[in-house]
Amino acid sequence: MAEITSLRAAVSGLVRDGDTVALEGFTHLIPYAAGHEILRQTLRHLTLVRMTPDVLYDQMIGVGAADRLVFSWGGNPGVGSLHRFREAVEDGWPQPIELEEHSHAGMAARYVAAASGLPFGTLRGYVGSDLLERTANVATVTCPFTGEELTAVRALDLDVAVIHAQQVDRHGNVGLWGLTGVQKEAVLAADRSIATVEEQVTAFDSRVATVLPAWVLSAVAVVPHGSHPSYTQGYSSRDNAFYAAWDAISRDRDRFAAWMRRHVLDVDSFGDHLRLVEAESALAG
Amino acid sequence: MTVSADDIMTVVAARALRDRAVCFVGIGLPSLAANLARRLHAPDIVLVYESGAIGAKPTTPPLSIGDGELAETADAVVSVPEIFAYWLQSGRIDVGFLSAAQIDRYANINTTVIGPYDDPKVRLPGAGGAPEIAASSREVIVVVRQSLRTFVDRLDFVTSVGHHTGHDSRERLGLRGRGPSAVITDLGVLRPDPVSHELVLTEIHPGVAVKEVSAHTGWPLLISPALTVTSAPTPAELAALRELRGRQT
Repeated sequence: MAEITSLRAAVSGLVRDGDTVALEGFTHLIPYAAGHEILRQTLRHLTLVRMTPDVLYDQMIGVGAADRLVFSWGGNPGVGSLHRFREAVEDGWPQPIELEEHSHAGMAARYVAAASGLPFGTLRGYVGSDLLERTANVATVTCPFTGEELTAVRALDLDVAVIHAQQVDRHGNVGLWGLTGVQKEAVLAADRSIATVEEQVTAFDSRVATVLPAWVLSAVAVVPHGSHPSYTQGYSSRDNAFYAAWDAISRDRDRFAAWMRRHVLDVDSFGDHLRLVEAESALAG
Repeated sequence: MTVSADDIMTVVAARALRDRAVCFVGIGLPSLAANLARRLHAPDIVLVYESGAIGAKPTTPPLSIGDGELAETADAVVSVPEIFAYWLQSGRIDVGFLSAAQIDRYANINTTVIGPYDDPKVRLPGAGGAPEIAASSREVIVVVRQSLRTFVDRLDFVTSVGHHTGHDSRERLGLRGRGPSAVITDLGVLRPDPVSHELVLTEIHPGVAVKEVSAHTGWPLLISPALTVTSAPTPAELAALRELRGRQT
């Protein structure tokens, strides 16, 4: 049953060193606040899972929180490379990172299988791709009805899923709308789960399209703008300027490390982080 | 008005999309061209984005495949597992519209690494939706700038399959879509030979020499005996493109 609590308490109670953790979000609703809290609590040796690791995972990889990454597309959308991710892969800095990569369709099928309590999912995919040679978690399976050979992908079971959503109602149910990605499947694939939300309401907005009942979540924390620089439909717009600015911040190791200390690791809360970033963007703007 | 090579590429790519086609759009060059087509001859084109937006009608070309305007203007918004299983895998997509970091003579695509996988020179973003878009769309159109870095004799990694090793090898893999029907570049248009499926230069953009295209290709490029010159972008096409680009910034 979801407990409505502080983000700090949620992370310290539910995330452990060495966990397999997915902070999901497909451009929309990326749980930045929770990711930063994980970094402030100096969790390490994580296996990070996400279809589209973007700037948040660049930050987490760059500070050395992750030993492994399971993913299907790692970039700064519309901007370019993730420099911290690339440096970890290309030069092993700040530490080597083990990769397991898939296609989006394969990752989605893996989440669905785990959410469904199945050992594997099936799809038409990966055929002819070199991706097949790089993971043990993709194989073939023969359809018992037609004899057709299909692709099997191992269920993607998680220790912890972390998502951001629009609302929590007075019963602790969490409601989302807009592009909801693979967040529902990630929560249902995990032993423990945390949702940050924009606000607590007595009854859901009529736009809520997906509801995660209180009893499938472990903890809910109210963190306004907790998806910044990603966005929350109905509450905020994507901060495209921040994504563009990240390219220069992250290109250099020292500048990255200093930025992370000042804006993430040494602040008290995500609210303080936002105030810092907003003040600087106003100065730059 | 000067016309850049990128302008021609984008206009030619937009022309390749027919009205009412259901088009699965990758981000970057394909998305710009698809949105240009929607403003020109294809107002009822159905743009499908892997983030879950079906029938998106953005006024500004999206920076990412999950920009808010995609969901706000879409006919339907679905989850990511649903977009890949119900809409792509099931064979409902007419055209998969992709780009590439490397492409070979059979229009196979690499978006994973430059150099050896275990010790890459450049780590690229990876597969994303491309392997299954390339496999399951009825046809695939690739938009990519042509250079020796991109048009390579041998891919460092096969991320998404085009015509595999040529002839009927793609079909023998069991892939359901027909595979790439055109590769549109800033120099011309390449199409697979009907038998060998090796890419053949069939169109060249105005002012581009054939030897220039060959010099930007990392294998001995086949030239169609019926090579034609692309018709230059019209003022209306260019105006629409400039207007779209202007909104982007």
